[in-house]
Order: sequence, then C-alpha cells, then structure tokens
Amino acid sequence: MKRAALWILVAALVLLVLPQVLPGYQVSIATQILIFGVLAMSIDVLAGFAGRTPLCHGAIFGTAAYVVLYWTTVAGGGIFTGVALGVLAATALAAVFALLAIRTSGVYFLLLTLALGMIVWGVCLRWTGVTGGENGIRGLGRPEMVADHVTFYYVTLGVVAPVTLLMWRFVHSPFGLTLRGIRDSETRMRSLGYNVPLHLFLAFLASGFFAGIAGALYAIFNDYVSPSTVQLTQSVAGLLMAITGGIGTLLGAFVGAGAIILLENTVSAFTARWPIVLGITFIVIMIFAPEGIVGRIRLLRARMRRVSSP
Amino acid sequence: MLLSLENISVQFDALKAVDGVSLNVRQGERRAVIGPNGAGKTTLFNAITGVFPPTDGKIVFDGRDVTRAPPHTRAGLGMGRTFQITNLFPNLSVAQNMELALRGRSRRKFSFFGNADLTVDERAQLDRALTLTRIGARRDVLVRELSYGEQRQLEMAMALVSAPRLLLLDEPAAGLSPAERAIVTEIIRALPRDITIVLIEHDMDLVLSLVDWVTCLNNGQFLAEGAPADIRGNRQVQDVYLGRRHA
Repeated sequence: MKRAALWILVAALVLLVLPQVLPGYQVSIATQILIFGVLAMSIDVLAGFAGRTPLCHGAIFGTAAYVVLYWTTVAGGGIFTGVALGVLAATALAAVFALLAIRTSGVYFLLLTLALGMIVWGVCLRWTGVTGGENGIRGLGRPEMVADHVTFYYVTLGVVAPVTLLMWRFVHSPFGLTLRGIRDSETRMRSLGYNVPLHLFLAFLASGFFAGIAGALYAIFNDYVSPSTVQLTQSVAGLLMAITGGIGTLLGAFVGAGAIILLENTVSAFTARWPIVLGITFIVIMIFAPEGIVGRIRLLRARMRRVSSP
Repeated sequence: MLLSLENISVQFDALKAVDGVSLNVRQGERRAVIGPNGAGKTTLFNAITGVFPPTDGKIVFDGRDVTRAPPHTRAGLGMGRTFQITNLFPNLSVAQNMELALRGRSRRKFSFFGNADLTVDERAQLDRALTLTRIGARRDVLVRELSYGEQRQLEMAMALVSAPRLLLLDEPAAGLSPAERAIVTEIIRALPRDITIVLIEHDMDLVLSLVDWVTCLNNGQFLAEGAPADIRGNRQVQDVYLGRRHA
C-alpha cells in the first residue's frame, strides 16, 4: 500500500513538472496522451473487465466532440454547457448501443459494435447540414484562458486525474467485481442471482460516459472535428492502446496511449510509412507480451516475488 | 417436510428424462439419489433447482409451491447447489469468488464506487463457509491455480456461504482422486446437521456411508428407496448397477 502511494506521488510529480521541461509542441503531445488514455480506459472497462471487446468507442468519443463543437460554433453556446451536452450525447448513444449489443458476446459483440459505429460515421459524413460533411466542424479557437499549450495541459490533467481516480474506484468496487465475474462465467453469475444484462448495460453506460469526457476534451484540444474522428480507425486505435498497455489493468491505458502516440509522432518524422512500423511493433508486442506492457510487468514482478519468497 | 416432490416428470421432446417421481425429504435429513448413467438424476436436480422446471407434477419447498419459480427465487428461499461440472471464476481469487457468491442477493452488488472490502457480517459468513470446506488457507490464491479437488471444495463453500437450509450436491466427488474423495466425504460428513442435504452420486460406496436414506432411480423412474444397508442388499438395485435386465 505504501509502495502504491509512492508510485502515485512520483507519477503526479512527473505529470506536473513535464510541461515545464518539454518544448511547446511536445506538451501538446502529452495532452493528447492524457485524452486518449481516458478513451483507452473506457474501452478497457468493457474489454478488460466485462470481457466484451467493443469497436464503437471512436463513434461515441467523436459524437461528444461533434456536439461540443456544434454547440459552441453553430449554436453559439458556452463551452461548459457544450461539454455537458457532449458527454450527455455520448452516454445516450452508448445506452442505445448497449441495448442492441449486450445480449451478444465474442465475435458477435465485436461485429455488432463495429456496425453501430459505422452508422454514426455514415451519418456524420452525409448529414452535411449539421455535421459539415467531409469538411467537418471547425471551432472558433480555444477559449482564451486555455489557449496556450501549457495551460491547456494543466486543465486537461485537472480533468483526467479525478476521472482516472473515479474509474479506478469503479472497476474495483463491488459492482466492478461483478463485471469480472461475468467475464469469467456468465452462467455462474446468473445462477448466483445476478441480472447479467443489466450489469453489462450499466458497464456500457459508464464506459460511454467516460469516452464522452475524452471526446469533449478532444474537441477543445483539437478545435476541429470531421468524420475521421468517428471512424473505425479511431475505435481500433483506442482498442490497440488498451491492449498495448495491458487489457484489464486500467492504468495501462496511459502507457498504451503514450507508446502509440509517441511512436506515431517520432516515426512519422522519418518516414511516411509509419503505419507499417506501428503494425510491426504491435505484432512484436502481441508475440512477446500478449498481456500488454503493464500486464507483462505485473507478471514478471509476481514471478520475482515467488522466487524470492521461500 | 422440507422438500416434497409429487409426481415430477420432465420431458424433452419424445424423451421422458424423469417420469413420475415422488420424493419427500425431512428437515435435517441426508438423502442420496443414486442410479446408473441416464437414470435422470441431474434432470431431477435441475427440476428441483428450477434450471429446467418440470413439465408435470408439483414441487413444494418449506410449505411453498415453487414448481414454476425461477432459480434465483429458490436460492433466495434457502436452496443452495453445486454443479457437477466445476463452474467457477478462474481469474479471480478464492475470496473474490466467495464475495460474488455472497453478494448475488444483496444490494451491495450495485455499489459503483464503494470500497470492495468485506463488511463484518460478510467476513463472518465467508470465514464460516471456508472453514467448513477447509480451504481457508487458500483464500488469496487464484482459482485457476487450485487443484481440482480444491476447486470442488470451493464449489461447496460458495453454496454454503449464503447459509442455505437445503444443500443440493451434484456429484461432489466426480473426477477426484481417492485421497481427494476422502477429503470431500469428510467435509460433507462434518457439515452442521441443520443443513438438509440431497446429493446425487454415481459411486455407491461413497454415498452409502454418508446418508440416512437412499432413493434409487432407473430410466427416469423410481426404482427403490430405503436405508443404505437395505439398498446395498436390494436385488433390483444390484441388477441395474451391474447392467443386468431386472425382472
């Protein structure tokens, strides 16, 4: 327990000092990692804890971004109401997706959520009157008080830190344990008196809510949204981050988001074929550490403890 | 009577898996249901617990007609059961498996951001069940790292944790080594007498040393009933167990 407190302290210090030592452009990369970390965590709630791998979180995330930017630019509303409406829209969308998808599992769940996400992408592309079609929606620029990279980083950190704490509590609560029970044996959960679909529905709702928070942050950060934000590739990227960090570890999401975003940024400076490098890296991780980076570290530490104890 | 079955039949399409079986179990009794493969033992169990309700007949538990009640209602009334095929949560610890068994019927399962630690009451129930089944020392071990015998013990602990009045054991010793079998037998023997037990078992020797009364089924029908010693000497029972056609 003491050790965990020490780790949290170190992480908090690093995160607080980071923008003071990094050049401006890299601060915005750090901001991006924090935002996508939340998206990857929201995917991990379903994939790692409830055992249902979703491919629609890009659509949920992007919907929040669309709503925030539509509200602040076209409707001329305030940023805070915009964020609230964006998160609400994401949660509502997740509720609809959940009702349709929770009765399925495995490949069927994967494909059904993929199809649902594609519908959202299609709507964003075709409903040009509202979404701007392929042009998307460009914001009016970040609010003045958070316009510079460093301030915005701290605002993001100020949102992401309590959200992370909340999600940590969520997956380790008595309810979170029921999700892991469902992952391991649905039939047993049923015979113990649990309403399995209800638990999955609530988990999906929570997951959508958190993905919505990430999407709203992204809208302010990027100040632009287009169909590519709700595209399948976005859902896949989020899932890859969760898997690379370590599925079922929650905090691994930040490690995964960091690894993939950093790799993208460094490699793309050298070659236009960076997706190939990313693909190869991903294959290597799947072969040598299928439990993800954080999962692997945990495993090694558990093994070391076993060797050292008599 | 704690449990009485009146003329229970379970039909799957053309197959009558259980055919007009009646059975009465007294409070505190230990009863075995035996019979060769395909005799309808597990089907009868599923009818009692509500997994597959009977197509015909009546089931009364503690004075209440539960013939059509779903499994979780029966569990709430005090029926606990184990499964013939081990069905646990392999990636969770023994204690976490017990917590899930404990909270299936409590409101705490909907605590979204609360602390997962056990309450004093929960801890007492959990400790009692783990002690009765002798796996208290393995509390923090992941279930997939337990031996098969230990998994069977946990299976029983999970049925006991909600303090059932009727415990239904579906082949508790199936697939165990002789040594593990002895442990499981000893655990069942040592269970408090206020828990009524009905157990299905294939192995006659194990059963006959454990129970007060035996019901033998064959081809879905009632064949014989009696004290263990009488059943052992019963000609009809010997015939079906040895595979001879009985007269």
